[in-house]
Amino acid sequence: MKALDAEVVVIGAGVVGSAIAKELSGYRLSVLMVEARPDIGDATSKANTAILHTGFDASPGSLESRLVARGYGLLRDYAGRVGIPIEDTGALLVAWDDEQLSVLPKLQAKAKANGYDATQIVDADAVYARVPALGPGALGGLLVPGESIICPWTTNLAYATEAVRAGVQLRRNWPVERIEVNDQVTTVHGPAGDMTCRWVINAAGLGADRIDAMFGYERFAIVPRKGELLVFDKSARALAPVIVLPVPSAKGKGVLISPTIFGNVMLGPTSQNITDRTDTATTVDGIEFLRRKGMSLMPELMMEEVTAMYAGLRASTQHDDFIIEADLAQRYVVAGGIRSTGLTASLAIAEHIVVLLNEAGLRLRARQDLPGPMRMPNLGEGFMRPYRDEQRIAADARYGDIVCFCERVSLGEIHDAFASDIPPVDLDGLRRRTRAVMGRCQGFYCGARVQQLLDQCAEERP
Amino acid sequence: MTARSGDLHVDVAVIGGGPAGLSAATHLRAAGVGDVLIIEREHQAGGIPRHSQHTGYGIRDLHRVLNGPAYAAELVARAEACGARILTGAMATGWSGPLSLDVTSPSGVYRVHARAVIIATGARERPRTARMVAGDRPSGVYTTGQLQNATAIWGQHPGSRAVIVGAELVSWSAVMTLRHHRCHVALMTTQYARAESYAAMTLPGRLLLGVRVATRTQVVQIIGKDRVQAVRITHLDSGKSALVPCDTVVFTGDWIADNELARAHEVAVDPTSSGIIVDAGLRTSAAGVFAIGNVVHPVDTADVAALDGVHVAAQVADYLHHQSWATAPVELQAAGALRWVSPGRIDPSGPAPARSRLLGWGSTVLRTPTITVEQGGICLSRQKLVWPMSPGRAFRMPWSILANVHPSRGPATITVA
Ligand SMILES: Cc1cc2nc3c(=O)[nH]c(=O)nc-3n(C[C@H](O)[C@H](O)[C@H](O)COP(=O)(O)OP(=O)(O)OC[C@H]3O[C@@H](n4cnc5c(N)ncnc54)[C@H](O)[C@@H]3O)c2cc1C
Ligand SMILES: Cc1cc2nc3c(=O)[nH]c(=O)nc-3n(C[C@H](O)[C@H](O)[C@H](O)COP(=O)(O)OP(=O)(O)OC[C@H]3O[C@@H](n4cnc5c(N)ncnc54)[C@H](O)[C@@H]3O)c2cc1C
Repeated sequence: MKALDAEVVVIGAGVVGSAIAKELSGYRLSVLMVEARPDIGDATSKANTAILHTGFDASPGSLESRLVARGYGLLRDYAGRVGIPIEDTGALLVAWDDEQLSVLPKLQAKAKANGYDATQIVDADAVYARVPALGPGALGGLLVPGESIICPWTTNLAYATEAVRAGVQLRRNWPVERIEVNDQVTTVHGPAGDMTCRWVINAAGLGADRIDAMFGYERFAIVPRKGELLVFDKSARALAPVIVLPVPSAKGKGVLISPTIFGNVMLGPTSQNITDRTDTATTVDGIEFLRRKGMSLMPELMMEEVTAMYAGLRASTQHDDFIIEADLAQRYVVAGGIRSTGLTASLAIAEHIVVLLNEAGLRLRARQDLPGPMRMPNLGEGFMRPYRDEQRIAADARYGDIVCFCERVSLGEIHDAFASDIPPVDLDGLRRRTRAVMGRCQGFYCGARVQQLLDQCAEERP
Repeated sequence: MTARSGDLHVDVAVIGGGPAGLSAATHLRAAGVGDVLIIEREHQAGGIPRHSQHTGYGIRDLHRVLNGPAYAAELVARAEACGARILTGAMATGWSGPLSLDVTSPSGVYRVHARAVIIATGARERPRTARMVAGDRPSGVYTTGQLQNATAIWGQHPGSRAVIVGAELVSWSAVMTLRHHRCHVALMTTQYARAESYAAMTLPGRLLLGVRVATRTQVVQIIGKDRVQAVRITHLDSGKSALVPCDTVVFTGDWIADNELARAHEVAVDPTSSGIIVDAGLRTSAAGVFAIGNVVHPVDTADVAALDGVHVAAQVADYLHHQSWATAPVELQAAGALRWVSPGRIDPSGPAPARSRLLGWGSTVLRTPTITVEQGGICLSRQKLVWPMSPGRAFRMPWSILANVHPSRGPATITVA
């Protein structure tokens, strides 16, 4: 029999697929990760609110509740090891009417049921003491000290980089179109060719139901739920010292105000079911809705300039929980419906899948020959950036050559991104790896030079 | 600069080597100030004119008409000839003291300690996101600055069919750049009833450029996954909307002062103009810190920015000599069709501002505007001007209208109607 291309194929290189690939790379097993888009982390994982959730408000007893709580701790540890920036801002859930106020004790009880004991109910004065810029009318709040902010891009990239360095093969621009399952071998087909494997893991995000259908299932149907967000100028950062959460309602988590790891403030998301899985455009109505919300939540914030606008699509399904199941007969695992907490839960999802694979009889043996520890470039505003690092600049002048002025991204960091294990292929990818061009001027000053660097890099690529 | 990292001591630190900063440095040296350091983050000093290839620069300051790059080169040469030091590739990133700056450059990280600081960081155009224009995020979306930087300095090409958002003076600069690169301008949009600076342009000018201008129109959505394919425009009065196919969108004008260093230092900024608030001597609210050029009045032409530099030099030299810093007593407020006015504070008994002019910004076209000055409910002067006000270009007012302002009767209001 012809050798297999890999023992396991992971479909999708979002934060979930990349976490799975990284986890599997720790075992003696050949793994291939395929991604339809030109780059990893280019779908839902790039467009979220980037909060490391404690899981205090999950449905107790659900798989999601368990994996979010577990993922929170795992990701914190991992972030510390590889240098993913996290800021422990904490969150303040604010009640704006009597009904919401009456929900706070219930939320506190729910948090306890989820194993999270650190919440605290506070009065209106304490709310304004913590966030003086809040609009009038707050009646009280619930403190959730563990909620933190994290860099979603570095997280996804760190997983994928660690996987690739440990030998996982990554294929970008490789959409899976058809899957054939035989006795011993599964063949995965795409326009770029075929690949053979024994196991398939479906982490295809918004496309997960389609992959699932290729295995004959009709377990779930994905309804993309659009979330639009506005990101405000860095001058606004002091207005939002903590994450300001709304009281969740039947309609979802609601609109929040959060500092970002890059030093901005974000307002959103909206929540709108749509049909087109590729429609990540912001809308006139969505922006208007956020403006109105912002005016009542924090009027001062609305005086600041908007630096960025984007929309992400939650992969929601008819079920209220993650769908993570193994099919031994077809040697197939699905991780679907990872809607609004997948960034936080990612490492726990991967860990859970390893358990499922072990139970299914795939003999996973830990590797002893893993490459040494790695360190990701820091994109966090709260940590040392190269432009301030005297020693780094003394050693290599390119770190003192600032290309993107608004975000203070140096030529050295841009060159590092091009020379990395998973180099960017377009402006958006470079932005996610370095922050270049994502600042307040949106390219007025540096857009042309950055484009030049990208073109030059594309020319030099073999 | 041979020293690597560390502390630098200078008499005057000028942040920004555009027309304003360069001419300030030149005239400071001419006034006998010893050590003047320009901190410029680009690899070449000169500011915006470096990549603005058309003519029209230098009229009021150099009394010549030059194209942008030639003008920039001339100002750099003059500053250097006068013995000002220009540190290029060096960005002021923050403050480490009242008159001390953190600076990053390839040669190291410096703390520059000065006896006086001049902020001359310019202004940028408001980009698509800050205008909250909905839609996809494709390539092909520019500001004029980026477009000209891309084409003039980096030899990149715009698309073949463009929509220009805005009809300010700078918008016509964008038209010329696109023309030069054989990019057809399908439409220019403006929210105003008349194309702001267009209305003030000469008939031959209009015929020559021959661009279709949609007034009272807003671009509300950008369509296209990879590259722009179209924009949706809406008429502000009728609410009717239409799709305009194009592969390039240029957001022009609608300026934002580059005031970040000022805000980081709690230097007062005008919330309407985003410009730094100064008095007639270009002093800011922070002792020893001056501000000039487009970061004060976003925006006027380059020669006016350069003349700020001339004006500030005498003020700074005087400050270095006497070390006294007084806050001008009277706040100026803008009303009516006047959106903002600079200087924002004045001392009626003090010297006049640069060129003896007040600068402002209009919200509508007025052929013969009337200016009224009031203080404490009393009308101090009323005057009809013989030049028009039009949105999208600076509106200049004579200093003499403030002749009767009293130093201790509270804010004075300038109304234009
Ligand atoms: C507005 C919003 C806010 C959010 N806020 C948070 C938050 O604060 N904290 C948090 O923890 N989570 C948050 N989330 C959720 C989180 O972003 C997601 O749960 C997570 O990104 C899902 O990751 P994924 O890898 O499953 O999906 P994706 O990132 O969508 O990755 C799936 C990948 O599979 C690829 N793919 C699909 N089909 C195929 C195919 N046929 N062949 C090959 N490849 C394919 C896709 O191209 C994609 O790259 C938020 C989500 C949204 C939308
Ligand atoms: C497209 C276009 C066309 C124009 N056409 C004309 C024309 O025909 N005629 C005319 O007279 N005017 C024209 N203008 C206006 C003219 O360019 C400006 O008025 C002039 O450049 C303002 O000078 P400035 O020194 O205030 O600012 P700028 O020229 O913007 O210079 C500011 C400088 O400060 C630097 N800087 C900013 N922040 C920092 C920092 N933190 N550290 C270090 N350096 C910093 C910048 O790199 C820049 O070099 C045009 C403008 C544009 C955009």
